[in-house]
Amino acid sequence: MRWMWVDRFVEFESGKRAVSIKNVSLAEEHLHDHFPGFPVMPHSLILEGLAQTGGILLGETHQFSQVVILAKVPRMTFHSYVTPGETLTYRVTLEDVNADGGMVSASAKVGERLVADGEILFAHVNPDQPGAVRVDQKSFVFELLRGVLDVGKAGDPSLPTV
Amino acid sequence: MPSRDEIFEKVRDTLCDALGVDEDEVKESSTLFGDLGAESIDILDILFRLEKGFGIKIPRSELLPENVTAADPNFVANGVLTPAGVAELKAKMPHADIDSFAKDPRVEKLPDLLTVKMVVNFLESKLA
Repeated sequence: MRWMWVDRFVEFESGKRAVSIKNVSLAEEHLHDHFPGFPVMPHSLILEGLAQTGGILLGETHQFSQVVILAKVPRMTFHSYVTPGETLTYRVTLEDVNADGGMVSASAKVGERLVADGEILFAHVNPDQPGAVRVDQKSFVFELLRGVLDVGKAGDPSLPTV
Repeated sequence: MPSRDEIFEKVRDTLCDALGVDEDEVKESSTLFGDLGAESIDILDILFRLEKGFGIKIPRSELLPENVTAADPNFVANGVLTPAGVAELKAKMPHADIDSFAKDPRVEKLPDLLTVKMVVNFLESKLA
């Protein structure tokens, strides 16, 4: 299994906002491990999907030249749970960015139903810093998102060409 | 230009949001790292919130210059800032209470310079 908690980006406006989706399937192991007998998408993994969406939005602003890590979740409220067969839509907006990192506001919805909303803070890590983990972020991002950064502006429903 | 009280109130609200502390815990004399339990990553969060709240850009290096004491080997001797080091700190951080720090200028006490009062002083000069 790969640590990818977004299936596809559907909107991407560089430096501003991104929308991605995650389809929740009964075939996914973590649904069964979380609350046995009551398969729901773990909130922690919804947060991870929002963070991957926001981290890529931030990373793209500097062409993934910096390693972006989730630094802090100042606020995240969960309003409902997500069951198999549903599609989560993750919307993130880049609120602030500077040399040290960035902040996004984020929401997760199934259709019009609000599942979660909050803020996520990311930090840039200098890969040359002692103790820093070397991450080939570019290849991670592009493997995850083959072609998705080619999607049109907001409102363009066309699928990415892979 | 907002009054000092208005700046303090906004800073207090910012710290409540960023650090999850209660309003009555935030006093001018509170240290961010000690009294309010901030960690280094919280500084980025606080800066973003202050920028938004006050509509200004706040370079981290202005509020909290890094490596001031490491810039010159003559600034520190045996874990204590030398008079030259204290003078440098005063020049780089005019908004901090360096005079009180100078009474016991141990390097390990440097994080205590970051108080609510220092942030308010900084913003007051920045907004003037």
